[in-house]
Amino acid sequence: MSIDKETIKHVAHLARIELQANELEKLSGELHGILDFIDKLKDLNVEQVKPASHILPISNVLREDKLHVSLTSQKALENAPSKKGNFFSVPKIIE
Amino acid sequence: MELNQFTAHELLGKLKAKIASPKVILDSLYTRIQKIEPKVKAYARIDKDPAGIIPDLSGLPITIKDNICTAGLPTECCSKILQGFRPPYDATVIKKLKESSAVIFPWKANMDEFAFGSSTENSYFGPTHNPWDLECVPGGSSGGSAAAVASDEAIWALGSDTGGSIRQPAAFCGVVGLKPTYGRVSRFGLIAFASSLDQIGPITKDVQDAAILTGLISGYDPFDSTSVDQDVPDYTKSLTGEIKGLRIGIPKEYFIAGMDAEVKTIIEEAVNKLKNLGALTNPVTLPHTEYAVPVYYIIATAEASSNLARFDGVQYGYRAKTDNLLQMYKLTRAQGFGREAKRRIILGTFALSHGYYDAYYLRALKVRTLIKQDFDKVFQDFDCIVAPTSPSSAFKIGERVQDPLKMYLSDIYTISANLAGIPAISIPCGFTKKGLPVGLQIMAKAFDEEMLFRVAHTFEQNTDWHKLKPKL
Repeated sequence: MSIDKETIKHVAHLARIELQANELEKLSGELHGILDFIDKLKDLNVEQVKPASHILPISNVLREDKLHVSLTSQKALENAPSKKGNFFSVPKIIE
Repeated sequence: MELNQFTAHELLGKLKAKIASPKVILDSLYTRIQKIEPKVKAYARIDKDPAGIIPDLSGLPITIKDNICTAGLPTECCSKILQGFRPPYDATVIKKLKESSAVIFPWKANMDEFAFGSSTENSYFGPTHNPWDLECVPGGSSGGSAAAVASDEAIWALGSDTGGSIRQPAAFCGVVGLKPTYGRVSRFGLIAFASSLDQIGPITKDVQDAAILTGLISGYDPFDSTSVDQDVPDYTKSLTGEIKGLRIGIPKEYFIAGMDAEVKTIIEEAVNKLKNLGALTNPVTLPHTEYAVPVYYIIATAEASSNLARFDGVQYGYRAKTDNLLQMYKLTRAQGFGREAKRRIILGTFALSHGYYDAYYLRALKVRTLIKQDFDKVFQDFDCIVAPTSPSSAFKIGERVQDPLKMYLSDIYTISANLAGIPAISIPCGFTKKGLPVGLQIMAKAFDEEMLFRVAHTFEQNTDWHKLKPKL
């Protein structure tokens, strides 16, 4: 399967990564090679096969609804690049 | 012999007998690191004398990979995007180690950024060098942990393994590395790469150390809903030295064209050794082996693209300067992630995106089922599987960076165990003519780490490979 530059641009937007023109060029070639290799999977007939969404036979993992100590907001904000009061601060989104 | 050269179990013996103190052991490590680190670069960041920053010096120091959260100590996944991050909490494995009075070494081991790589060349801090040949890679992504243990810059270490990231560097550096069964060790506090594949595991100087360390970090954790509530056996009891009558399968798909001829001979000699020690070896088939790498690069990148969405400059790490929110996300990620991280995020986003999901992601999950069934079938008749860890010994730094596909293929023998969720260990089993170590991989059914320790220990005790040290 080939992947055109428009698709890569769209996917990069979905992934919120700004790509430079030279990066796009390089990536396009690399992804082409990788996807070609991955296309090997199309040789197999998997119609009757169940997808392995989880590898262990466990389901519905529940725990008791008990209070436990969690991070204080002050602690959670320690690594923030920018904060105001008890909040993470980001560039303004409403004009 | 200096203290830092001993295994952990030997040093634990010395501590118990009071012939050594934690302080002198730490000092010996520090002296070694000062001397060797400029050549090896096993650590991501080096700071002042660690004795000054360790609050409680009660036991043996352990080196931790840079993607495992250590409260208050830098944990950056060797990525610019997490620069300056000091986790406000300990990963469960760290908590458990502290409870057994281990000392968390304050300098973290180098790695490929976010564990994306097989050579530790994708680290923001630059590559680690293989202690056996400084021009070669140590393997990856836990290359720092493996190189530190191999060069006696660490007593023992933790790594993480998503597609071979413990076993392949252990093989390249001539040390022992174990990927436990999926769910055996809590992933809480391990900065996620691919959540259905990641496991934390030990990198050590011998099998006994691996058995001890696995016991210390294993067990159920309510903070990781995929960890399994199953008793943790005393793994040191499996070190019996006895493998007579064990049924060992040798998968024919692991001895393929493209495999290094010298590695092949060394592995065949190791299999003969196991036979001479009384094991029954027979060829087996894992017919879907050739699909493991393509399945992995869909599933692992898809999960990574989702897991790494959290690095957007809001809560931690690097933030690009701009006054527009959308641009802030895009520029932060463009400037913060390295090339391989971007490549994988974009590939994974593509595999999950509208119109491609069924053709790629869903299909990969189905083939994953087939790969798991291959193993289930073999383990009906066999106690374990023995194979090479990697198709070659350590390659040269720079040799594969321009060819991502070739780099991906160095994990061809390790990826299947992650996809099937089974445990696998790599132990040293010989050296190439150029003096580079080769690793033997042993795989067993889920939750049968005891089988791995038993076979690995028996092989090790009847060979001398684990006793050799690189000349640095």
